[in-house]
Amino acid sequence: MSDGVLNRRALVLGIGNLLIGDEGVGCTAVAELSRRYTLPASVECVDGGTAGFELLPMLDGKDHVILIDALRDEREPGTVIMVENEHVPKAFLNRTTPHQLGICDVLAAAELTDALPGHLTLYGVEPKRLDVGIGLSPEVEAGMEKVISAVVEQLRHSGYEVRHNGIESEH
Amino acid sequence: MAKKISIDPVTRIEGHLRIDCEVDNGKVTNAWSSGQMWRGIEVILKGRDPRDAWAYTQRICGVCTTVHAIASVRAVEDALKMEIPLNAQYIRNLIIGGHGIHDHMVHFYHLCALDWVDIVSATTADVQETAKLGQKLSDWKGNSPQEIKAVQDRLKKFIASGQLGIFASGYWGHPAMKLSPEVNLLAATHYLQALEYQRKINQMVAILGSKTPHVQNLAVGGVSNPINPDNPANLTVQKLYQIKTLIDEVGDFINQAMLTDVAAIGAFYADWTTYGAGVLNYLSVPDMPMDTKGTQFALPGGYIPAGDIGQFAPLASQREKTLHEGIKESIKHAWYNGAWDRSPYDEETVPDYTGYDYDKKYSWVKAPTYLGKPAQVGPLPHVVAMYLAGHEPTKTYVDNTLKTVSAIAGATVGIDALHSTIGRIAARVIRCAVLHDNLGAQWQALIDNIGKGDYTTFNTPVFPKGEQRGAGFHEAPRGMLSHWIVIDNGKIKNYQCVVPSTWNAGPRNDADELGPYEASLVGNPVADPELPLEVLRTIHSFDPCIACAIHLVDGKKTPLGKVKVL
Repeated sequence: MSDGVLNRRALVLGIGNLLIGDEGVGCTAVAELSRRYTLPASVECVDGGTAGFELLPMLDGKDHVILIDALRDEREPGTVIMVENEHVPKAFLNRTTPHQLGICDVLAAAELTDALPGHLTLYGVEPKRLDVGIGLSPEVEAGMEKVISAVVEQLRHSGYEVRHNGIESEH
Repeated sequence: MAKKISIDPVTRIEGHLRIDCEVDNGKVTNAWSSGQMWRGIEVILKGRDPRDAWAYTQRICGVCTTVHAIASVRAVEDALKMEIPLNAQYIRNLIIGGHGIHDHMVHFYHLCALDWVDIVSATTADVQETAKLGQKLSDWKGNSPQEIKAVQDRLKKFIASGQLGIFASGYWGHPAMKLSPEVNLLAATHYLQALEYQRKINQMVAILGSKTPHVQNLAVGGVSNPINPDNPANLTVQKLYQIKTLIDEVGDFINQAMLTDVAAIGAFYADWTTYGAGVLNYLSVPDMPMDTKGTQFALPGGYIPAGDIGQFAPLASQREKTLHEGIKESIKHAWYNGAWDRSPYDEETVPDYTGYDYDKKYSWVKAPTYLGKPAQVGPLPHVVAMYLAGHEPTKTYVDNTLKTVSAIAGATVGIDALHSTIGRIAARVIRCAVLHDNLGAQWQALIDNIGKGDYTTFNTPVFPKGEQRGAGFHEAPRGMLSHWIVIDNGKIKNYQCVVPSTWNAGPRNDADELGPYEASLVGNPVADPELPLEVLRTIHSFDPCIACAIHLVDGKKTPLGKVKVL
């Protein structure tokens, strides 16, 4: 196969609400990723918005799922953290909502139905501004750049052919 | 002595909802419903192109994406007095129906059922007895002992791992849980199967909407799906038949599993037909337009004041004057500047948080009224209106469900039982069956119209100079939704969304009358104020959705474990 990864498939899934400032970092990151890079057919890049169970079918048949989301962990705004596999929070706990099911909740449902991918990575960006409004704060935008670089590197490391389009950040 | 309890946040809902109750002698004597987060979509839309509004509004909320898109294009189309091509109406109707079925299924099994079904108890059930019970209730192919055993093993493994995950917030072993282990296991089996069927119906929405979770195919004036029976990039005959297969597969599950489950829960919890009625002014709009002008609808709607079926006032269309002029919103008890009671066209959105005060302002949700009264919206008001309007499929599903409940309970259960917590849940499942029934008709209408050689899907909107006003209505899964737009020289001047949960979760209105959540809780039993499962049952029966879609992964609540900082 031209992408050099036989029968393997990956999903990059941005999560969040574009209307609430830095909450939209996941959606913006996947939009920028697919604008700046040409991804092989075996890598799906999706803006999941605030959806819940609708996201379940997207996990089907994926070997690696990379999630990008705003993640409040009381760090400096724009800080990026990476969590892998069983450390990605799966519990519904107090946040169980079948509507705006957090992504953790979708993963719990996937676990229950044996649809969990073998490799799971979450990139979380600490938000600064969560008011109603469109656009990221400068700190979170810088964090998003780190995430995009890290995702590209991770995909390439796994053997997926990710080609740069020559488009840089406009910011 | 009365004791005040506060549930904040109410779990298994969208957004942040806080419920306060006064409990005296094991019963709720007073209640307050408070939306704890401000949605300011109106502020974002001002000055933008009305043709783009739907793409923003569908991001308001995680579940209601499609419905906000539909209401938004309809608002602009109403302002411009547009006609919509038939194909576009049918394609929209298929999306509306598919989304509604998905939503009702997820609500019933994955939100609401866990208030009534004890998952832990299901692990102790006898598999053979469960299968026998299932086969007695219906012909559902998923009630085989093998399938039930597999589910029970899976649940045992999940619970033994110590990680309850999806089930961690349940009230397992609570005295108000009354089902036998076998009934619990049967429901749990369908809970897992529903995960599969919600995928199928969502796949149908994805084929038509080009992309989920956010549909891409809507446009002010129609839809952007080019129809060409031969070009594979377009909506082809092959894709249309794929849709039909998905519709058919989901139908068996709704008819043989979901309807029987709700009848069984209704019969075993018959006492819950006496709680949770609340506000009996029922409001719904007709939906699924079947002509270009929006004068004929597949599903009727209307207004029933004070639960008096003799006063049922059907609404002939979504553009009726009484509807557009009869709706107001009060901010007397909501955190906005002032104390007005106005038409959504004339509202302003100036947030003014003054702290939680039971007697004054205590919520971000405004209090809407219809003809000066609070109104309940949702599948229950819609099903009752369709029933009274003589809609045959609705009558059949209601009558059959009541018959099944009566047979299981061994006592006659009449239609009055619907005015209750459990009735609200049953109405949602009945509406799901009605929507499914209608999907087939919409599909056929689309096929027939394309067969006539009509491939039109879009009329171009034209924005005249000056000001236009329009309201777009939609009978959404949680009830009547309306978007209100004021256009000035082709730009948005004002935009307001009056969402179903505004109607139901709203605080006291200008006349200090309780909103539907609040009223429905009064008289509700509470065995243990520390574990107020009964309050949650009634609130969850409305399928609450406070529509703010803050969607942060919260690292503090759920310990992240091993973290690498980049």
